[in-house]
Amino acid sequence: MVMEPIGYSQASGRLDATFAALADPTRRAILARLAKGEASVTDLAQPFAMSQPAISKHLRVLERAGLISRGRDAQRRPRRLEAQPLRDANRWLENYRRFWEAQFGRLDSLLRELQRGERKKRGKSVVRKKAGSLRQAQGKLSPGLAPGSE
Amino acid sequence: MKNSGTFSITAHGDCEIVVTRVFDAPRRLVFDAYTKAELVKRWLLGPEGWSMPVCEIDLRAGGKYRYVWRNDADGSEMGMGGIYREVVAPDRIVATEKFDEAWYPGEAVGTIVLVERDGKTTLTQTILYDSRATRDAVLKSPMQYGLGMSYDRLEKFLDSAGREALSA
Repeated sequence: MVMEPIGYSQASGRLDATFAALADPTRRAILARLAKGEASVTDLAQPFAMSQPAISKHLRVLERAGLISRGRDAQRRPRRLEAQPLRDANRWLENYRRFWEAQFGRLDSLLRELQRGERKKRGKSVVRKKAGSLRQAQGKLSPGLAPGSE
Repeated sequence: MKNSGTFSITAHGDCEIVVTRVFDAPRRLVFDAYTKAELVKRWLLGPEGWSMPVCEIDLRAGGKYRYVWRNDADGSEMGMGGIYREVVAPDRIVATEKFDEAWYPGEAVGTIVLVERDGKTTLTQTILYDSRATRDAVLKSPMQYGLGMSYDRLEKFLDSAGREALSA
């Protein structure tokens, strides 16, 4: 079963774009770089074996998703990270995970309780069985026929 | 929580979403916890602050089930239900599922598979949507954008680079 987290309906379109943008490893690396501070397209292209147009394409995707913006410097046009969509995506994931972990955490406790109950029952029946077989054994052994008595 | 690390959400193919989790218990107990109403009501309580006033289960192929959750603060309710297609104790349950106010068209089919090993049980909970239209609607819905990517991967990323930016 999947449950809708409360209060995320409006943000859904934007979150879609955020998750789609984050699905690519190069774009995640670009964001990781921008998390350290703003950078120009040239700076960003450097660590990757990629042409500037290829990097620009990734930047456009990130920009459309609202994950980055352009700085004021008209010549360098540095890109910088926009934290809000990441925060939204993170919160959404947290919510989903927290939702199911809360259910499963309660299920863990319930299962522990059920197992304790079973062990108790089994323990009692083992004791009963032991006591029973002891009585049975004692009944069989009439005096003088006990092993070692001969 | 002890088994939190064994929790995962992944996507399979075009139409499925898969949740897995390990429990320290034999599978017949996990099976009971998923199929006996008095036990389900004790853990599947929904988001925090919600309770589960209705839990009805007719556990047999063709039998119906119905769950209702209530927000204890404002009294609002959320219901869902469906029909069991397969019930194979203690390892497999297949049932249709539909929310009263579904945010996607069509019906979903949930499959629960329990595999026991060394006294531990691995739960695999799969939700299969019935059509491309449903799948597409779900993709646009707030719950399942992750289809087509790994949440773990994203989480790792968000943990490292993200956190730095978020705390800024």
